[in-house]
Amino acid sequence: MPVIAIVDYKAGNLTSVRLAFEALGIPARVTDQSAEILAADRVVFPGVGAAGSAMRNLKALTLEDTLREVVRRGTPFLGICLGTQIILGHSEEDGGVETLGLVKGNVRLFRPGSPLDKVPQIGWNAVRLRRLHPVFEGIEDGSEFYFVHSYYPSPDMDADVAGVTDYAGVEFASVIGHGNLVATQFHPEKSGRIGLRIFQNFSQWDGRC
Amino acid sequence: MLTKRIIPCLDVRDKKVTKGVKFQNNVVLGDAVALASKYYEDGCDELVFYDITASAERRPIDIEMVREVARAIHIPFAVGGGISNLEDMSRVLLAGAEKISVNSLAVLNPGIIAEGSRAFGAQCIVLGMDPVRVEDPARFPSGYEITIRGFRERTGMDALEWARRAEGLGAGEIVVNSVDADGTRSGYEIRLTRLIAENVRIPVVASGGAGNPGHLAAAFREGKADAAIIAGMIHTGEYTISAIKKELSAAGIPIRRKW
Repeated sequence: MPVIAIVDYKAGNLTSVRLAFEALGIPARVTDQSAEILAADRVVFPGVGAAGSAMRNLKALTLEDTLREVVRRGTPFLGICLGTQIILGHSEEDGGVETLGLVKGNVRLFRPGSPLDKVPQIGWNAVRLRRLHPVFEGIEDGSEFYFVHSYYPSPDMDADVAGVTDYAGVEFASVIGHGNLVATQFHPEKSGRIGLRIFQNFSQWDGRC
Repeated sequence: MLTKRIIPCLDVRDKKVTKGVKFQNNVVLGDAVALASKYYEDGCDELVFYDITASAERRPIDIEMVREVARAIHIPFAVGGGISNLEDMSRVLLAGAEKISVNSLAVLNPGIIAEGSRAFGAQCIVLGMDPVRVEDPARFPSGYEITIRGFRERTGMDALEWARRAEGLGAGEIVVNSVDADGTRSGYEIRLTRLIAENVRIPVVASGGAGNPGHLAAAFREGKADAAIIAGMIHTGEYTISAIKKELSAAGIPIRRKW
């Protein structure tokens, strides 16, 4: 049976991600072991918290090269929230942090003009799909997903933007699609049935677009 | 566009949901996990469980129930009541809750907000507050005083001052639960909700007094709330979440309509 590895790099609570796969009956294992991650058929890279400590944790666990290798091999790879942000090259968080650079781009802070645009963005916001990505199969364009974040992904290449969301005066990349790598700023595991559909689709995706 | 969240509140004792007015005359409404699942299916955006004790006595949080809820629903939920330290918070979050709500505990020990925020992230720490209307502008410029322990004790703290301080300490969200409006079903305390929403940079949740969809519309429009808590109006079966959402959406309020 194919196995999904959920990468545990001490960046937040993985309970909901684990329970979402469990609810779907999809075998998924939470691990911080390089060998297990490399052996997996698919890799989920979640994360909540700050970019600086997340990068320090990845370095301490010597998982940076593991993740690069997973993506290089073509293994289907799903980033979530902070995981999505540190896939890019640089984050404004924590005074500026060099991140993995698996996709070219930056992570920027929301700087709303109105005091009523709260930071972090917390809640359900719509995702407009730029193209039909296999992981979004069966999901209606404009569906809402659950977001919790103060910083947003900004890939350099327009081709890497698979979906967009409006908040605090910006249209940001809420879904990144880059070969076998797909990444969401929102939390599929907390986005109800429509969110679970993303996990379901990911568990069947061969990594090709 | 970010949608306005509708959050059913479940007061739980012994795995049963109860509903009372001003913390009194509680009646049992049903099994907590079953009710949570029903609201999830009907499109609620989030849930909050209060005083989720293993029994009516002051026993610790019912972690097994938190786990059951986390297995049953795949949207965020918060847990409040019965939490006294970081270890309790950690157990609740690891069981699958998204947020912890602190209320009396934070008044008695404000440092817990900062500690929780540092340990788990601001998004996990919700400040619940129970303000009561007062006419004493010199002591309470906002017009509201914070109460604790289920409205039973006054604190001498001004509501807006406390909201700002909690934000500075690292709270990720503030639930403004009006003592005066609670359980009345005659509408949220709009003036207070708006005062706080316009003076903090974190999301504000209106609570207490919801009786019909128009009350929610007012909380979002005039009260500037980011989310609204409802209880009695759905627990009694008078309204369903999907019906409330349909009505708010028709009134032009951004609401999540597909789930």
